Amino acid sequence: MAEQPLLDVEQVSKSYGPRKALDGVSLQVGRGEFVALLGPNGAGKSTLFQLLSGLFVADGGSIRIGGLDLRTHMTAALARLGVVFQQPTLDLDLGVAANLRYHARLHGLGGRHARERIDAELARLGLAERAQEPARALSGGNRRKVELARALVHQPEVLLMDEATVGLDFASRRQLLDDVHALVASRGVGVLWASHLVDEAEGADRVVVLHLGHVLFTGTPAELVAHCGAADLAAAFLQLTAGGGRHAA
Amino acid sequence: MTLTHAWLALHAVAGREIAKFVRQYGRLLSSLVRPSLWLIVFAAGFQNVFGVAIIPPYDSYIEYRVYIAPGLLGMVLLFNGMQSSLSMVYDREMGMMRLLLTAPLPRWYLLFCKLMAGTVLSVLQAYAFLAIAALFEVGIPLAGWLTVLPALFAGGLMLGALGLLLSVYIKQLENFAGTMNFVIFPMFFVSSALYPLWKLRESGAEIVWQLASLNPFTHAVELIRFALYGQFNLTACLVVIGSALTFFVAAVLGYDPGRGLLRRSGRPA
Repeated sequence: MAEQPLLDVEQVSKSYGPRKALDGVSLQVGRGEFVALLGPNGAGKSTLFQLLSGLFVADGGSIRIGGLDLRTHMTAALARLGVVFQQPTLDLDLGVAANLRYHARLHGLGGRHARERIDAELARLGLAERAQEPARALSGGNRRKVELARALVHQPEVLLMDEATVGLDFASRRQLLDDVHALVASRGVGVLWASHLVDEAEGADRVVVLHLGHVLFTGTPAELVAHCGAADLAAAFLQLTAGGGRHAA
Repeated sequence: MTLTHAWLALHAVAGREIAKFVRQYGRLLSSLVRPSLWLIVFAAGFQNVFGVAIIPPYDSYIEYRVYIAPGLLGMVLLFNGMQSSLSMVYDREMGMMRLLLTAPLPRWYLLFCKLMAGTVLSVLQAYAFLAIAALFEVGIPLAGWLTVLPALFAGGLMLGALGLLLSVYIKQLENFAGTMNFVIFPMFFVSSALYPLWKLRESGAEIVWQLASLNPFTHAVELIRFALYGQFNLTACLVVIGSALTFFVAAVLGYDPGRGLLRRSGRPA
C-alpha cells in the first residue's frame, strides 16, 4: 500500500488479568480494500473490535483511523468509523428511520442533511418503503441491513463488520456480503470484516488469520492456500489454526 | 465537539428516553401511584401519631401530609433516578450502549446526555405528583410551584447521577432488585422524608440520626421542602450539588475504558 492505510493497527496487546486476549496484533486496511479477519471462536476478534471502536483501551501498541491515533484523538477517529456490531443494536421499539436518525444525531448530523443521508442509505439497501415501520417488524436479514445503513449514515472511511452475519440464513448472509463489497467498490470504504466462516473471506482483498490472540497469517486468500499447501481456503484455515504457532506472509 | 453536535446528541438521547417513557404508560402510573398511596393512606393513618413541632421552613403547626409531601417528591426523583440506572443496564444488555459509547463525543458528555434526559423525566413526574398533592390540600403556595423547580432539578441530577454510578456496578437486570433493597429503601427511610431528624434523635436512635444527617437524600428533600415555601437552604444545596458532582465524576470514571471497572472486568460496555 503506497498511501497511508485507513486503519492501521500496530502491535496491539490486551490482557484481562493474567489472560492475554491479544498479543502484538498488527494489521492494515487501505482505501477501497476488503480485509477479512478470520479466526475461530475465542481468537480475540471481538476484543480487537472493542479496541478498534474505542470501547476499551489497548494495553500496548497503537490504533490509527484515517491517520488519527485512537488514544489521543478518540472522537475525531471515531467520526471516521462505522461499526456493525456482532450483537444486534437496534432499538426495536423505534421505527427504522428513527433508529438511523438517533445515530445521525449522535454523529452531529441533523435536519435536511440527516434526512437526505438516511433516505439515501435506506434506498440503496432497498428499505426505503419500510422506513416508518418499527424495527421489530423486520426480518433478521433486514435488521442487519438497517444496521449497515445506520453505520454508513455519517459516511465513514472505515467500516468494521463484527461477525455481522451471525444468525442469518445463507441468502441474507450472501446479500449482506455483496452489499459491503459493492460499497468498497463504489465508495472506496476500507472494510474489516470479522468472521469465523471461511467462505465469507473468499472474495477478500486480503485475509488476516487471528488465533489465540496472535496474527498467524496476512495475505491474499490465494497466498494463504499456497502458504499452507492446502486444497482450498477452508482447508488452509483449518490447518493453520489447528496449532498455535506464528507465521507470516 | 461543536455546540450543534452537542445539542443534536442531547436531542437524540433525551428524545429516545422521553419517547420510551411515553410508550410505557405503566411507568408513569406507578411513579404516581407509589407516592400517592403514601400521601393518601400512610399520611392518613399516621395523621395523629406524629406531633410535628414548628420547624423551618414552616411557620406554624402543620399536618403530617404537609410534612411528607416534599419527601414524596424526593421519592419520585429517587425512583426515577434508579429507573435511569435500570435503563442503562437494559441498554447495555440490548447492545444500545455500544452505539452510544462509540459516538464521536467525549464519554463524559454522552453520560451527561443520559443524566439530563433522566432528570427531565424526573422533574416532569415530580410536577405530575405535585398536581395530585394539590388535590389533597398539602398547602403548597402557588409560587412554590415555580421556586421548587431548581430544587427538583438539582435533586433529580443528584439521584440520576447516583443511578448512573450504580449502573457501572449492576451487571445484569436481575440484580436490580438488590439495588432496590440496598439503595432505595435505606436512602428513603434513613432520611428526613417521613419524619424530622430531631424525632430520630429524641427517640434515642443516635446512629440513625447521624446517618440520616449525612444522607444526601435528606438534603435533597430539605432543599425541596424549603424551595416549596420560597426559601433557600444553603447547606442542603451545597450537599446536593457536591454529591451530584461526586456521583457523576465517579460514574464517568467507571465508564472510562482505560480506568474504570470495565477495564478490570473485561466486560464490554
